[in-house]
Amino acid sequence: MLQQLFKFKGGVKPDPNKTPSVQAPIGTAPLPALLIVPLHQSIGGVPNPLVKAGDYVFKGQRIGDPDKWISSAVHAPTSGTVLAVEERVASHPSGLPTLSVVIEPDGRDEWIEHTPLDYNALEPERVREILRDSGVVGLGGAVFPSHAKLAPAKAVPMDDLVINGAECEPFMTCDDLLMRERGEEIVRGIGIFRDLLKPKRVLIGIEDNKPQAVDAIKAAVEKVGENFSVIAVPTRYPAGGAKQLIRVLTGKEVPASKRSPEMGVQCFNVATAYTAWRAIAHGEPVLSRIVTVTGNVERPRNWEILLGTPLKDVLALGQPKPDTNRYLMGGPMMGFEMPSLEAPIVKASNCIIAGSMAMFPPVAPEMPCIRCGACAEACPHELQPFEMYWFSRAKNFGKTQEYNIFDCIECGCCSYVCPSHIPLVQYFRFSKSEIWSREREKNMADAAKARFELRNERDEREKAEKAARLAKAAAAKTTEKKPESAGEPATADVPVDADAAKKAAIAAAMERARQQREAIQPKNTDGLTVAQRKEIAEIEARRAPLQAQQTTFNAETQSSQREEQ
Amino acid sequence: MNFTTPPYLSQNVSVRRVMLQVLVALLPGLAAYVWLLGPVILVQTTIATIAALLAEACMLKLLKKPLGLFLGDGSAIVTAWLIALAFPPLAPWWLIVVGTLFAIVVAKHLYGGLGQNPFNPAMIAFAVCIVSFPSLMSQWPPVDLHAGIGEQLALVFGYAPRLDAMSGATPLDALKTALKLGEGSATVTAVLADAQTFGRIAGKGWEWVAAGYLLGGLWLWHRRIVSWHAPMSFLAGIALLAGALWLFNPAQFANPLFHLFSGGSMLGAFFIVTDPVSGCTTPKGKLIFGFAAGILAYLIRSAH
Repeated sequence: MLQQLFKFKGGVKPDPNKTPSVQAPIGTAPLPALLIVPLHQSIGGVPNPLVKAGDYVFKGQRIGDPDKWISSAVHAPTSGTVLAVEERVASHPSGLPTLSVVIEPDGRDEWIEHTPLDYNALEPERVREILRDSGVVGLGGAVFPSHAKLAPAKAVPMDDLVINGAECEPFMTCDDLLMRERGEEIVRGIGIFRDLLKPKRVLIGIEDNKPQAVDAIKAAVEKVGENFSVIAVPTRYPAGGAKQLIRVLTGKEVPASKRSPEMGVQCFNVATAYTAWRAIAHGEPVLSRIVTVTGNVERPRNWEILLGTPLKDVLALGQPKPDTNRYLMGGPMMGFEMPSLEAPIVKASNCIIAGSMAMFPPVAPEMPCIRCGACAEACPHELQPFEMYWFSRAKNFGKTQEYNIFDCIECGCCSYVCPSHIPLVQYFRFSKSEIWSREREKNMADAAKARFELRNERDEREKAEKAARLAKAAAAKTTEKKPESAGEPATADVPVDADAAKKAAIAAAMERARQQREAIQPKNTDGLTVAQRKEIAEIEARRAPLQAQQTTFNAETQSSQREEQ
Repeated sequence: MNFTTPPYLSQNVSVRRVMLQVLVALLPGLAAYVWLLGPVILVQTTIATIAALLAEACMLKLLKKPLGLFLGDGSAIVTAWLIALAFPPLAPWWLIVVGTLFAIVVAKHLYGGLGQNPFNPAMIAFAVCIVSFPSLMSQWPPVDLHAGIGEQLALVFGYAPRLDAMSGATPLDALKTALKLGEGSATVTAVLADAQTFGRIAGKGWEWVAAGYLLGGLWLWHRRIVSWHAPMSFLAGIALLAGALWLFNPAQFANPLFHLFSGGSMLGAFFIVTDPVSGCTTPKGKLIFGFAAGILAYLIRSAH
């Protein structure tokens, strides 16, 4: 089948460096002494821990519960004892700690009860739930929860399901090997996605420097009897960017302001399809992933590694050479330096590269921009990085947005070609985060203003109402004067009754207010981190007895006051 | 641990490499120049280079910028060579030095240094000198001047009187003057037939210097140091205007090819309008900028 290919502008061709790590088949990493499983391994809400220190967990047992719809479950990668649920260094450039479940494997690798499912017999909604509860997220590196991408847009028919096997980052070969060795399961996983999204076509894009993977997937498609198109796309970084691959295969351009389903396209990584199939057809949640261990190592190879395996155990597999000075997670174009040897493998860890001075020489000092425009030529999104750079430098963030800074995918092509060695991507990240934080601040200020105005309005209204009431009462008093003088008992009765009515009204108002307070959750408790929630729970627990005391005290004083009257 | 940022790979490019390639691209034109007039142009290039580097070093020092980083970037040398090639080859040494100093100190560093100058420093030097020293800046030696290197150096260093016989006009000026003197009776064809001043296409000998610049420019394009947009639109601007007038009256207006290979057309097309700092950056901008510069160049060389 002939498939017309489209082109994306720009891009670069760094040395692929993929050959060393494809010589051996995927190996299975041995069980490490300790697993550190971060709860937050996907985009979206932070899963709530379901276990505590001392608990025994089975392999595949859920240890983190999805927090909301855009969130994904986390599971125990093997059986063993939970040593702690605590903050551990994250696999993130910042190295900040993140809440993690520390498991000491017992070596038995004992599965929790799990059953294969026939997804054809299930409601689509149920399939999405299973995927969420199995921790299936985008394994290309973005780790977006897959179930949330598997609902077609209501207004736009789904034209194309794009499956990303391009793997354009240098050094990285985990998808290549997965396609070579487990093509059939990938194809069956794509079948699940196809059945949920009902696209007109399924297009599998693989860079043409991976002919073996192309052949393997073609054979698998034939074997399973699907009509998916397997397309070799020209090798050019970043052909594996979702937007670039969609552009190459379908000719559609997805702007930053839209999500791809609104354009009738959805895109998944091959490894994601594989894990989806394992989750549905075998009942196995995502417990491990294929990681390329390469770079300045004695034994470059792909390994199936349990999530939570600390970097030091991963390196033992590859054996870094003595002059290794850093470890990157992800590719050399978009990856980052691992903050610590204790940082664990997570769902986003597609590749670990040992780097040396010779392999990644220190960046030459930054020179002024000479406006050569090489960055604009290399930009796969046809942006003008040099303009965004000047405006970022000048902190003119409005202008950076005019130049579509949010279309930037931070692929690093501009920095790669810059003769002045300007870290352009860093400037753009800075601008983006500044814009986000300013928007947050503005929203908060707006909310405060709205609250203030509402309060002013209420004060005014209450004042007016009070004045009206007083006027009315005064008027009533003057009319009441006559009956008052008419009979003795009335004078005694009326004030007592009025007092009681007033008290009753106050009690009723307090009760209403209490109910309202309970009904309305204060806004600032939404979207808190697990740690913050924990803290709140502790404070509430401390408060409860005090509050009980307070209420009894109030009741007592009230009754004593009543007695005094 | 150092905080490092992606990408960890970078192409083997730098400002210095870009500038060095520009210098290499100037070599064919420079070689043709030497063949035409002798090694005096190399002396002028050296004078300009030394002046430029000294001025650059002083300015960097004064402005407290890293000396090694910027002095080595080669941009001052490019400016120096462009000045040496654009100025009359037998101009006195101090004229070259004055031009170079003005270019580096004022046009470059007072505007903020590398990457910040709104105008091409070499062209600012040319403009300042042609306004300040108009007669010296228009003394172009006739190509049949068979002066030895000694005589040429004597002129450059000022211990020989600047004889009028030693200075002529550019082929463009020669054509213009001849047409003016002819009062309508002289035609372009007749003037260009003068084999002493004119060669096959344009000025005798000078056309080969222009061809050298063209060759270097094409190499720069091949190396992707410059894109085709600015040079092509610049040459198109000249050629279109020249062609239109030539078709209108071939007796009074020289053909487009003559204009493309005369004066600074080729040097301007590949080495001046392509200057990234003072030129345009987007392809569309380069096209507009180049074309307008071409039109302007033609108008300036035609008007008096």
